[in-house]
Amino acid sequence: MKLVTAAALLLTLPVAAGPLTQIPKAADGHPDLSGVWQAVNTAHWNLEPHTSAYPAVIELGAQFAVPPGLGVVDGGTIPYLPAARAERDKHFVNRIADDPEGKCYLGGVPRSTYMPYPFQILQNTRDVIMVYQYATGFRRVYVDGKDEAPLNAWMGWSNGHWEGSTFVVEVTGLNGQTWLDRAGNYFSDNAKVTERYTLTSPNHMRYEATIEDPTVFSKPWTIRMPLYRIVDDDYRLLEFKCEPYAEEKIYGHLRKPVPPASGGSK
Amino acid sequence: MSTRTQLMAGVVVAGIAALIAAPHADAQTKTKSVPKTAWGDPDITGAYAEFTTAPLERPAELASQEFFSSRDQWQVYAQKRIQEVDQDVETAPGTQEDVHYSMGTFKLSENEGTTSLNMRTSIVTQPKNGRIPALTPAAAVRRDAAAAARKGHEFDGPENRSLTERCIVWPSTLAPILPRGYNSNLQIFQSPGYVIIQGEMGDARMIPTDGRARPKDNLPQWNGTSIGHWEGDTFVVETAGFNPETAWRNSTEKLRVTERIKRIDDTSLEYSFTVVDPDTWAEPWSGVYPLTKMDGLLFEYACTEGNYGLANILAGERKRERDAAARKTAAPAK
Repeated sequence: MKLVTAAALLLTLPVAAGPLTQIPKAADGHPDLSGVWQAVNTAHWNLEPHTSAYPAVIELGAQFAVPPGLGVVDGGTIPYLPAARAERDKHFVNRIADDPEGKCYLGGVPRSTYMPYPFQILQNTRDVIMVYQYATGFRRVYVDGKDEAPLNAWMGWSNGHWEGSTFVVEVTGLNGQTWLDRAGNYFSDNAKVTERYTLTSPNHMRYEATIEDPTVFSKPWTIRMPLYRIVDDDYRLLEFKCEPYAEEKIYGHLRKPVPPASGGSK
Repeated sequence: MSTRTQLMAGVVVAGIAALIAAPHADAQTKTKSVPKTAWGDPDITGAYAEFTTAPLERPAELASQEFFSSRDQWQVYAQKRIQEVDQDVETAPGTQEDVHYSMGTFKLSENEGTTSLNMRTSIVTQPKNGRIPALTPAAAVRRDAAAAARKGHEFDGPENRSLTERCIVWPSTLAPILPRGYNSNLQIFQSPGYVIIQGEMGDARMIPTDGRARPKDNLPQWNGTSIGHWEGDTFVVETAGFNPETAWRNSTEKLRVTERIKRIDDTSLEYSFTVVDPDTWAEPWSGVYPLTKMDGLLFEYACTEGNYGLANILAGERKRERDAAARKTAAPAK
């Protein structure tokens, strides 16, 4: 038994010793989710199935066009209530101005998971910490935490527990100001998101998120996708501080007007 | 006046005073074994307040006095410091100084939290006079040039405002961490191979402790790149590779910061740091102050998302310009 524990501990060390060959375990025996992960799909463009499309700003050309995707929603379509679907469609029309991603706002849950940026999980028995490269998003998941969200927040309030080899995170206290993708899919501040993280191999994780929000959807719905471990040698999460890139969009109209060039007609 | 009574009631976590106050605290803290995490690292996990009654630099009149000589002397300076931080001072209506938060109004006041008694007369311990070394002549030229370039353009656009107003870099995250006026709190998490330091108003620094080497690429980062290791029970972090635009206290991308975090007891840590940048200061300088454990936890700060301040600052200046232009039109020059 002692030997098994020692072996498990060794497996929690970073991958410098070579590629993992079996599912890593933490010292407490649970699967060890620690590492840098990323989704490799087009869910960040649109959770629903979609063909390729023109870029939102036509001048940006083909390299900023929307790539096609099979979608990640169980059953294909998000079960919106009619008024909510119209709201989603309005979001899409106004996406250049209104998508919180364009303003460098925190991605919320579950969007942060499948944005086209890596995120890192750090696991101990008391907390599981998730740090997202995008906008330096941060989540503390209270393992076996029973507290309720003291108030709403962009990244919500996360309580986690283990169900066998699956780490289940119940997220409440979401502020309803986040979107779910660049197509304008969304939920309100009544939403509850239940995430499930399951290692299926040393370098793959199954990610599922069930979204309940009776004010927006006719029934709960679920997205599913694999997450991939970044296995590059000496990989580290670099900063993506996007605030400067959003300043023209947010504050451009408040700049000091450039005076007209002098030396014209007198 | 209410501030004063709160200060004396709320400021001290008793019992650890001697440790921070004692000139040779290092030698005295080895009495009890330090609690360990499940994987054997010293356990420094928790939420901590950074505020301390010691100012960053020693008041000139205290000269070479490293510690207050009495509780009475401490009280006089601690009171002054808290008033400064709370901006709890009389200001003349209509002046720029008069536009400030009254910290107590929003329950932001430092003295409503817990703060370890700190008998030091300054955070800075090296040089011996407790004051930051003067900038090198070249650094002074850099500072003056930056100030001159900014003069008259302070409100032109977002890029002209400070990194903190723009939600890019916070003193409560950036190494070396220094206490600020409010929300001067941080959280430390640990997992095998990592220590995470998360400032309340800032980012989580994920600091590897698995023995990896400093990355050779040295890509510039706003917060630099931190690598940590344990020296006995002390957590040591070396940070370098700062973005030149971070320019902490006029420093350059050659800035290197060493932080040391040591558990003192169940309610406090000792945080010390040394900064080196030969292009900015002729000599390295160091400081120390206590981190005091708080009840509760830190909540999401979401700086950018609620940054009405930056928009209002710029909008206010644009209004002032429009008003000035309108006055000029109404009363043409004689």
